[in-house]
Amino acid sequence: MNAAIILFPGSNREGDVARALQQASGKKPKIIWHADHDLPKGTDLVVLPGGFSYGDYLRCGSIAGRANIMDAVRAHAARGGLVLGICNGFQILCESGLLPGVLMRNRDLRFVCKMQHLKVENTSTRFSSHYAPGQVIKVAIAHGEGNFEADAETIARIEGEGRVAFRYCDAAGNVGGAANPNGSTNDIAGFYSEKLNVLGLMPHPENLIDPLVGGTDGRAMFQSLVATKTKAA
Amino acid sequence: MKARVTVTLKTGVLDPQGKAIEGALKSLGVAGVESVRQGKVFDIELSATNKAAAETELKIACEKLLANMVVENYRIDIA
Repeated sequence: MNAAIILFPGSNREGDVARALQQASGKKPKIIWHADHDLPKGTDLVVLPGGFSYGDYLRCGSIAGRANIMDAVRAHAARGGLVLGICNGFQILCESGLLPGVLMRNRDLRFVCKMQHLKVENTSTRFSSHYAPGQVIKVAIAHGEGNFEADAETIARIEGEGRVAFRYCDAAGNVGGAANPNGSTNDIAGFYSEKLNVLGLMPHPENLIDPLVGGTDGRAMFQSLVATKTKAA
Repeated sequence: MKARVTVTLKTGVLDPQGKAIEGALKSLGVAGVESVRQGKVFDIELSATNKAAAETELKIACEKLLANMVVENYRIDIA
């Protein structure tokens, strides 16, 4: 598993995701500056990490979504390469057109920073094979703009094609209602592209890889990614 | 040449910030506020001297960056 983590001005979770990938694969990911034009040869997975790229100016992820490196990331995704966008990385995926829709301000206008339960909706992808069907996991969320919105047709397609990756739920696995922290449509916390090779999600699985800091429910995502070696770029 | 670009949310898109401002105006006792929608204004200076050329470039600016066409509309006013 050769992973490349893109660093934007204002990214701040690149170290966390590098640690999670290294724990799962034994291999140190490369950190790539946003102004570069090319990904390292043989890159399997590109990660857009969390943070506040460009200070969230204009719209979250809007300026990063148009960075030089994003053309290479789009080409990588078009070839079937894996792309993971976490939190601000998810916002960047939507702003760059790699995923449809948009992440709007949280319903209650508050920045939400807490532990959150998620239901794993699809365990047949290269990101999720190490989770059990219907498994409820507990991970961290920390965002002000995580309210996923798209037109009804797009939502119907995402649902119809089984592309929802995670939904917000309570500890017992009951989806939605008070367990939805931001008003996201259909309680969507993360979803896949049509070819299931691009995943965007608001929660931070990379922060739940060590019992010392609250749990290990995030590990399975990185173990899944490492287990399913893909054709290199 | 000076231009003003106004970006607003499309009708029907929930605007929690506008709603909060609306509530604040009402609580301040401002009479007759029926609704508030928040948008963004960009004042842009261009080297173009031809209005049509300026408008073409500004459209590109709006659609590539200034507006998210999924949820926003834009209006261009050239002085």
